[in-house]
Amino acid sequence: MKLSALHQSYINRRTNSFRSSGPLDSSSDSAIKSPAAIFWLVFHALCCLISLLLGYRFSRLVFFFLFSTSSTNFYTSPFRSTAELVKTLDVHSVLSNNPVANLDLPLLNKTVTNSRVVVGRHGIRIRPWPHPDPVEVMKAHRIIEIVQKEQRSQFGIKNPRTVIVVTPTYVRTFQALHLTGVMHSLMLVPYDLVWIVVEAGGVSNETASLIAKSGLKIIHVGFNQRMPNSWEERHKLESKMRLRALRIIREKKLDGIVMFADDSNMHSMELFDEIQNVKWFGAVSVGILTHSVNTDEMADRKKDEEENPRMPVQGPACNASDMLAGWHTFNTLPFAGKSAVYIDDRATVLPRKLEWSGFVLNSRLLWKDSSDKPKWIKDIDMLNGDIESPLGLVNDPSVVEPLGNCGRQVLLWWLRVEARADSKFPPKWIIDPPLEITVPSKRTPWPDAPPELPANEKPAMGMQDPIVKHSTKRTSRSKHRSKRKHEPKTDTQVSTRHSEQS
Amino acid sequence: MRKCLWLWGLLFFALGFAWSITAERNPCTERISGSAGDVLEDDPVGRLKVYVYELPSKYNKKILQKDPRCLSHMFAAEIFMHRFLLSSPVQTLNPEGADWFYTPIYATCDLTPTGLPLPFKSPRMVRSAIQLISSSWPYWNRTEGADHFFVVPHDFGAYFHYQEEKAIERGILPILRRATLVQTFGQRNHVCLNEGSITIPPYAPPQKMRARQIPPDTPRSIFVYFRGLFCDVNNDPEGGYYARGARAAVWENFKSNPLFDISTEHPTTYYEDMQRAIFCLCPLGWAPWSPRLVEAIVFGCIPVIIADDTVLPFADAIPWEEIGVFVAEEDVPKLDKILTSIPSHVILRKQRLLANPSMKRAMLFPQPTLPRRCFPSNIEWPCS
Repeated sequence: MKLSALHQSYINRRTNSFRSSGPLDSSSDSAIKSPAAIFWLVFHALCCLISLLLGYRFSRLVFFFLFSTSSTNFYTSPFRSTAELVKTLDVHSVLSNNPVANLDLPLLNKTVTNSRVVVGRHGIRIRPWPHPDPVEVMKAHRIIEIVQKEQRSQFGIKNPRTVIVVTPTYVRTFQALHLTGVMHSLMLVPYDLVWIVVEAGGVSNETASLIAKSGLKIIHVGFNQRMPNSWEERHKLESKMRLRALRIIREKKLDGIVMFADDSNMHSMELFDEIQNVKWFGAVSVGILTHSVNTDEMADRKKDEEENPRMPVQGPACNASDMLAGWHTFNTLPFAGKSAVYIDDRATVLPRKLEWSGFVLNSRLLWKDSSDKPKWIKDIDMLNGDIESPLGLVNDPSVVEPLGNCGRQVLLWWLRVEARADSKFPPKWIIDPPLEITVPSKRTPWPDAPPELPANEKPAMGMQDPIVKHSTKRTSRSKHRSKRKHEPKTDTQVSTRHSEQS
Repeated sequence: MRKCLWLWGLLFFALGFAWSITAERNPCTERISGSAGDVLEDDPVGRLKVYVYELPSKYNKKILQKDPRCLSHMFAAEIFMHRFLLSSPVQTLNPEGADWFYTPIYATCDLTPTGLPLPFKSPRMVRSAIQLISSSWPYWNRTEGADHFFVVPHDFGAYFHYQEEKAIERGILPILRRATLVQTFGQRNHVCLNEGSITIPPYAPPQKMRARQIPPDTPRSIFVYFRGLFCDVNNDPEGGYYARGARAAVWENFKSNPLFDISTEHPTTYYEDMQRAIFCLCPLGWAPWSPRLVEAIVFGCIPVIIADDTVLPFADAIPWEEIGVFVAEEDVPKLDKILTSIPSHVILRKQRLLANPSMKRAMLFPQPTLPRRCFPSNIEWPCS
């Protein structure tokens, strides 16, 4: 590898080449008397002057234009072998007195004849359309996929376990928004997946059609209670729904790692890789994105605080030796009295002390008669009440394994955003039949708006302003006439308007 | 002939001394089969004897003292070879029983203020050194230097000039004609490559490369990677001379291709990026060799060698066709088609061969600063 600056401090190549062209010069000197030689000398001087004016050596262009076989741009023409180029140089050796071209001649004689590699100037080969070829791009992406799969199998998790995802949901305005997000995250998970969707208010076609698009293995279960309107009640019901899902896992004896994905959470892909490391019961750190509406108060508080308020994180806390020492929970004090009570409150929605979504467990803990189950797990059927968080399932909270670099990595984020309880949205977000009533706006943003197209109903006929704005041209007026032959009333109205205007 | 083979073995041994890849996760590697694999795993201790001449320090130590930058230069092979031989068990202090003789001259250590080597004093230095050894010891005149070897890692080997035309004009130093030259330059049917020369890889700093390793499960997402010059504007303004137009062709054809991550930038994450790439381009520059080959091998990136008739290091022993991809300079416009048409099992096999630790060891130079515990006791060469 050469450094270009290497040559900066050295003698210029051109001066070298002048030296090497010495012998040829002398030959031309001796022949200076003959008129042909004088002519060539003058011609050479002329070429040099032209080159000076143009700023580059145009002899090269002359060669290519005179001797090139193809008529296209000489860069894109198929490259002629240097042997042929040498021949042309030989023929017009006097013309090639031009300094740098001389370099080719004496050296070509010296290189071994059976070598394909020639020292000297080469053309730069460019194919006719130097842009990416989509077929090749696709093939390359397939190769990249194969290489990455091989890497994963060699260096990634050995023996990956199935991921069992539990999601409680219910039909509401923002359900499509939240559920689509979770669905897309789950579709990207490179491991086997089973998605248990528990729906409050029973199984509905809406939810079913939404999650059917994922192509994942889904167990869609209904829960015979409607989602209440207050956040307290809602959290309680969600816990019940999750327990229902755990009972399903127990019945079906599903094997894998259970994680809780609330439909409004955001998951990172590293989360799914990290939970594969769990042995029995693990906890990850959850970032809490609380949405605060009271911007005035926040601004005041910000002026007091020097630094930016950091995002609160819920999860395991470790001591210096990477052992579980405690829990980071959400500090609800700043929000006391200002938190949202009902789903459509404008105040901040608070998370519980410890969210379900921050815990993962081995599904074998839930099985009824598993022999290698550890002693500290409670049986689900023996629970007398509801549990607030999965920690209620364990007798001894110190057995929880902290994941994600001992809780230092935040692998998922919690957020609760819901629309007003009375907000209406079309079922399945499909407008069917299509809207029939078109009410033109009072003021169109475009000055020369095209004429109104005939609609099924004409409630707009009574309104006069837009018609004035629309039809300002004579031609449009005739178009109006021809189109609205069947409605002479409107026509006359339009024409009268125009006559008034013009 | 046998002597030559032992010299090969010695060079492998020398070069593989210090590297030890973290072997906690054992990646799937494939042993290079055949004579190549045998030589790579061979241990010449006890079977080969090299005598190192004691030259006055003006030929080696003083030069290095004057300019310690030579240690990290791409021509630092000569220095490391000397140090290795001084501390290795193949060295013998008895010149009568020696198979090979080594002359430690740091011929390319004359650096400009900006760090570029000036090869102009090298011929004189070499000549004076040889005069010294031929007058002080009888071994040179015995065979006219046939069992002596010299390390000449400059651009065109023992021609001591960076410009190919000039180098060819000059030829090898006459007194070195019979000696064995250990050089980094290799090109078939070229006057700069003697019959008995041995091609070694250029020097690349192993410590720097080791420090920049990223976890092996980082997915390789770059298809083709290259960082370097495409046109040498200072010395070859119109193009066509530098790299015989091959680098410029790569740029012109693939600058807008998203699969090709090529540019002239000097990123700080160069080594990390190489570990995230599947193919690394190793085109020729002013000379057909470059440290890129070594870097690609160390980082597991399949080298794409674009240099006609080049002779790669240890070409007799390492099966380069199975490890790298060779592309003729005239096929550069079709480079994307060539690379995507390689079947995937071939690509995976090449990656496995590259992951073989003995492959990486063969390409790297020993670090004398490592503790003396690094003595090869078995093939594995544990180095802690």
